Amino acid sequence: MTSIFEFLIAFFLIVSGIFGFVGSFGMIKLKDPMSRLHAPTKATTLGVGGVLLASIFHSVMIEHHLSLHELLITLFLFLTAPITALFIAKWHIHRHELPSDLPDAGEDELWATHAIEQVEDVPDHSTN
Amino acid sequence: MKLLRRIFPHPHLTFLLTLVWILLANKLSLNSLVFGLILGIIIPFITQPYWPDRPKLRNWPMIVEYMLVVLWDIVMANITVARIILFKRDADRQPNWVCIPLELRTPEAITVLAGTITMTPGTVSCDLSAQGHNLLVHCLDAPDPDAVRDEIKQRYERRLKEIFE
Repeated sequence: MTSIFEFLIAFFLIVSGIFGFVGSFGMIKLKDPMSRLHAPTKATTLGVGGVLLASIFHSVMIEHHLSLHELLITLFLFLTAPITALFIAKWHIHRHELPSDLPDAGEDELWATHAIEQVEDVPDHSTN
Repeated sequence: MKLLRRIFPHPHLTFLLTLVWILLANKLSLNSLVFGLILGIIIPFITQPYWPDRPKLRNWPMIVEYMLVVLWDIVMANITVARIILFKRDADRQPNWVCIPLELRTPEAITVLAGTITMTPGTVSCDLSAQGHNLLVHCLDAPDPDAVRDEIKQRYERRLKEIFE
């Protein structure tokens, strides 16, 4: 009976290994910086998810005690990973993209990263 | 009732903080439950001024449905993106910017939508338009940007609208 669970745990570990590898390989293969940003999202979802599932199964099936604090890792990753990605993306837009390179922003005319340079009534804190 | 409101200004947050503390301790004991509850009462009480007009969450079945849809999409999109990275020549790939006009107005709902888009492999949300009416998304491989836009609006935004607004 335990061998079935061991197969299951091994399966999840292999899946996470494959996706972690593909994520890292993508960082090398993809050439433009915005596409590179896509590679780590794979490693943080299925890559980490597989290890966490394997860990939960291991503690429940083999060690016979319930351990769920792996779920917290998923929770914290889902909170922090999009913010990191957004920061990198905004930095890229700020330094490397012109408003004419991006699609039309509709009725707002500009994307927020570009619009920040247009605002004139920003209070000046630099003097005090 | 009013007193209860003052002690628990944010019952969901109280529940979530207690749950997180118990998970951190990794065993259900009276000890961790009590301390988790103490944190769950103190933290919402102190941070209360930072939550002006927070949206009322309704439609709990929809929240569960949304989570399942997102988890399923993450697994499926992972396989699609793995195939693109491993087997597609870099020259054949068509990276593309997609503009998604938002019907959502609640900041919390837009945050959840942007986070979901980033966590789904193949799409990364990059920017909001100046007044927050459009979302800029970068696609790893999108020969048809309109299809991506329609799918995001149909699968995620429609459900978030029912949850938050």
